[in-house]
Amino acid sequence: MSVSVDQVAEAMFQLVTETHGKKSLKAMDLTKAMIEKFGAAECDKELCKHAIRQLMDSGRCIYSYLGGSYITLPPDKA
Amino acid sequence: MSEERKKRETPLLDELESGPWPSFVKEIKKADTAMADDLLGVLERSYEEKIGHWKHGGLVGVMGYGGGVIGRYSDLPQDFPEVAEFHTIRVNQPAGWFYTSDALRTIAGIWERHGSGMTNMHGSTGDIVLLGCKTQELEPVFAELTAAGFDLGGSGSDMRTPSCCVGQARCEWACYDTMGACYDFTQTYQDELHRPAFPYKYKLKFSGCPNDCVASVARSDMSFIGVWRDEIKVDAEQVKAYAAGGKLDIQKDVCDRCPTGCMKWDGAALEIDNANCVKCMHCINAMPKALAPGDDRGAAILIGAKAPIVGGALLASVFVPFIKMEPPYEDIKELLSRIWDLWAEHGKNRERVGEFIQRVGLGNFLEQIGLDPVPEMITAPRANPYIFYQDTVEDEA
Repeated sequence: MSVSVDQVAEAMFQLVTETHGKKSLKAMDLTKAMIEKFGAAECDKELCKHAIRQLMDSGRCIYSYLGGSYITLPPDKA
Repeated sequence: MSEERKKRETPLLDELESGPWPSFVKEIKKADTAMADDLLGVLERSYEEKIGHWKHGGLVGVMGYGGGVIGRYSDLPQDFPEVAEFHTIRVNQPAGWFYTSDALRTIAGIWERHGSGMTNMHGSTGDIVLLGCKTQELEPVFAELTAAGFDLGGSGSDMRTPSCCVGQARCEWACYDTMGACYDFTQTYQDELHRPAFPYKYKLKFSGCPNDCVASVARSDMSFIGVWRDEIKVDAEQVKAYAAGGKLDIQKDVCDRCPTGCMKWDGAALEIDNANCVKCMHCINAMPKALAPGDDRGAAILIGAKAPIVGGALLASVFVPFIKMEPPYEDIKELLSRIWDLWAEHGKNRERVGEFIQRVGLGNFLEQIGLDPVPEMITAPRANPYIFYQDTVEDEA
């Protein structure tokens, strides 16, 4: 796969930023969006899992709980 | 008690201290902290007004994790400032709930320094539940817990903290190493435990025998219940001793209560039709010195149980009638991976896997995960019309 974890994480972050306050995204929503964006040959679920972990460990995104678990921006970055 | 603390009048809750039974009010008062005062105060208000005053969820957690912290806020923060934030922390319990006294003192010390000092040992999920913490104390609690060798458990739409009975550590009926399996699955699926990626929660519970001491058949999305596939072991002399003892009527108390009627007692010998035994454990529980599970032991895997939160309650259904429970459990993990892939992609928000199976149909579900239907999946003849045989199978027949 030529797409890197960094690239997927960045694309996920952009999507979370664009949809913030309009739509709540779950991990699988981001995964499906990335597979569609980069293509199944370049991006799979495992790569997306690593990208989400990078977003969480870096603090760029956090999890929220609103009936289910969603991925969103930290309150001070929103 | 410090002089600044505001004494709460709680006449309704005080009623719960009367009587001979244990009282949670009495126990909370023993905490003797400002948080405990306000906790009782807000509960007294709820008793007066007959409505709850807690909000749930939100953005709280620790860095990198999506589970383990359940956000709790009072909707009366001005009146009860000490519990304006009163988050719950779930800590992954040791398999089988074995602790050293030193470990318990460590947990208690951390919680007295950073939280309310009140705990719930253990929550229904199995975790150590630390009750009541302010947001600013979450990271310090997490840092101290991990330094002491503990980790947070699951919450939200993730794999919840797996739990197991004490298994072979203390129980002669355990048909496999429940603690070993629970530990193995917990370690394997750390990502699924800490980073929610599912439509809703997914619980794994490991019971060593059909007595099911962790109630997995009622509460877990996937339960592993120890069973045997050879014959019940019978000690004929001990059977006679039970009969002679006069405390047990073998015909009435054992044979007549066998759900499949597979046991016969002629007053001298016990005969068991093992092919029709459904492993309910009743006879073994009634005559533990005379009967025991067979030697060819493993587990039945059941799927789909849940408590009634969003929809109604479901009991688990047999999914794999028998499998050897031996590390590294590769077949089970492969099956679990296929289930999670399908459910995560097609499940609706807050839809448990049992509800998902009901919605798409067991036949379709089995086809998608590549598992063949077997008669044990059917609760009663003609009761499950969602299994259809392929034309090719009918032709061969």
